[in-house]
Amino acid sequence: MAPHPDRSRRTPLVRALTTATALVAATAALAGCGSSGKSGSSTASTAASPAAASFPVTLTPSNGSVTVKSQPQRIVSLSPTATEDLYAVGADKQVVAVDSNSNYPAGVPTSSLSGLTPNIEAIVKYQPDLVVASQDTNGLVAGLTKLGVPVLIEPAAAKLDDAYQQIEQLGQATGHTTQAAKTVADMKSKIADTVKQAGGNHSDLSYFWEVSANPYYSATSTTFVGQVASLFGLKNIADAAAKASDGGYPQLSQEYIVSAQPQLILLADNGANDGGQSPQVVAARPGWNTVPAVKNNQIVGLDDDVASRWGPRLPELVSQIAQAVQHASTASAK
Amino acid sequence: MSGRRRAVRAYGLAVVLLAAAVLVGAMVGAADLDPLGTAAALLDKLPFVHLSSGLGPLDTAVLFQIRLPRVVLGALVGGALALAGAGYQGVFRNPLVDSSLLGSSAGAGLGATLAIVYLGPSAPAALPVAAFVGSLAGVAVAYLAGAAGGPGTSTLLLAGLAVSMFLTAVQTYVLQRSTESIQQVYTWLLGSLSTATWHQTWQVLPYLAVSTALVLLHGRHLDVLSVGDEEARSLGLHPGRTRLLVLAGCALAAASAVAVSGLIGFVGIVVPHAVRRLAGSSYRLVLPLSLLFGAAFLVLADTAARTVVAPAELPIGVVTALIGSPAFVWILRATRSVRT
Repeated sequence: MAPHPDRSRRTPLVRALTTATALVAATAALAGCGSSGKSGSSTASTAASPAAASFPVTLTPSNGSVTVKSQPQRIVSLSPTATEDLYAVGADKQVVAVDSNSNYPAGVPTSSLSGLTPNIEAIVKYQPDLVVASQDTNGLVAGLTKLGVPVLIEPAAAKLDDAYQQIEQLGQATGHTTQAAKTVADMKSKIADTVKQAGGNHSDLSYFWEVSANPYYSATSTTFVGQVASLFGLKNIADAAAKASDGGYPQLSQEYIVSAQPQLILLADNGANDGGQSPQVVAARPGWNTVPAVKNNQIVGLDDDVASRWGPRLPELVSQIAQAVQHASTASAK
Repeated sequence: MSGRRRAVRAYGLAVVLLAAAVLVGAMVGAADLDPLGTAAALLDKLPFVHLSSGLGPLDTAVLFQIRLPRVVLGALVGGALALAGAGYQGVFRNPLVDSSLLGSSAGAGLGATLAIVYLGPSAPAALPVAAFVGSLAGVAVAYLAGAAGGPGTSTLLLAGLAVSMFLTAVQTYVLQRSTESIQQVYTWLLGSLSTATWHQTWQVLPYLAVSTALVLLHGRHLDVLSVGDEEARSLGLHPGRTRLLVLAGCALAAASAVAVSGLIGFVGIVVPHAVRRLAGSSYRLVLPLSLLFGAAFLVLADTAARTVVAPAELPIGVVTALIGSPAFVWILRATRSVRT
């Protein structure tokens, strides 16, 4: 999912004051403590930095203009997505530490660093020459900038293009522009293939994207994951309930969800291993047996991590949804 | 006798209000069921009544599996909280006492926090149990600490306050170390009936039955106690024993309510005060009337919680506080002369 960058998170109380903010933290955490990454295909072809000449490079991440003077050799990543991006573009050898939620690909140097409540002193211990994070909390950027460490804030992607852009930007920042471009091209073509196969016009299928249960939070079509689902032309039951203030993640009452009768339920908070919801749990909720998705067994537990990050594994998310769509359209055709 | 007439009038009002609250609670909600059909479907469930509701299977499922258990659980929880509040106030002869002052809420909060942080949603059954145990333990520790400080109800209150602060501090510490769980804990702390099921209702019912009976049976004793311990003793009553029994009943009622709904504030204070204004300060009336009015109040508050921002929901604790605090101030101003 796509959390909003949040600058006001100082104490648990302050954080708790905005439910949306806290929700974001919870889902981000769920994503992190989720399935320990399957032994992944580390796309590491550590190019001997032919791009070293292209430094210094000036980038424009969400925290303004940042100059990286020379090819970084000690990168600290505080964002699971950024970690995946860095490994995908071939900067793996340069990464010295990643936050406690980064669990993919296998073998990342996971540390106790927190990306949600970063501690600058703890980060500095790794003597980083580049820090990447998804949000600027606890004065992260200001503190590290004072110490002369460039920081790139790569916030949750709002559109597919944002995700691609971040990969390209991290490629530039680390001296791996070629491989970054290749990664993006690969992703795009895989996603296009998947969508072509499953069909992009399933406007007859409605779906409910469950971000969390109790309370039930959903994602509308305007969110990043909603846009991914829109590739297949699906109809989102949360759209009718969206308000400007919920940032695309409205809370829905059970009554509403059940009476909206979605034909497909996509569980982003899935997985027995972290205590999330499972298709069985959803099916057993009182009253939900009237929902077509439950009746036709079209509840799909997505991989938590893949469903909450906007990195190189996007094609996996797209193909999980594609499979669900194909099943659901055969089920409803019966 | 005007006293009796007043009592009859108060009971009549309570029953009518509760019935109306249940009906309204069942008729409105995010799912937009046909109100008349809903009423018909409900009446159809009564013995000897056969009505065709015209509701489809979907609407019927929403009504009977999602909405109605919530209304019923709301009534049980509201009744229990108001009764516990009234009972506590009788024991302490202090109209400002509520479970939040006696270690009960703080204990439940810590129990729930520990369950959420360390057991996670992997053990959903652990949360109500932990809240229940925490609530009872909180009151017990406060009681023991207060008893150690010597006789008198004010010692007990101060001990409850100290224990509450300590437990809240531990809870904050635990949360500080597990920022991931904050949203969940926060949701729980504000109270919610959104996950209500019939199963929960059946689970909580025996505890509520026992505790309610225990408290209601002591109404007359509380009336005697309100005159003073010496007088009570001279009438053959054991003030200490009475206090302990009522305290235990209230703690059990509040803990059962908290276990299924989270922390819902203000019901325990506002409702007994409103009842006193209506029916006088005799506990023989205040206790059962608090039960009925508390039930009606929480059903209405929850109806507001799930309709005002539909299809989203407000935490019910927000609603009870928003309605409760101004109402409380108003009651205080209007009834300065009434003593407990």
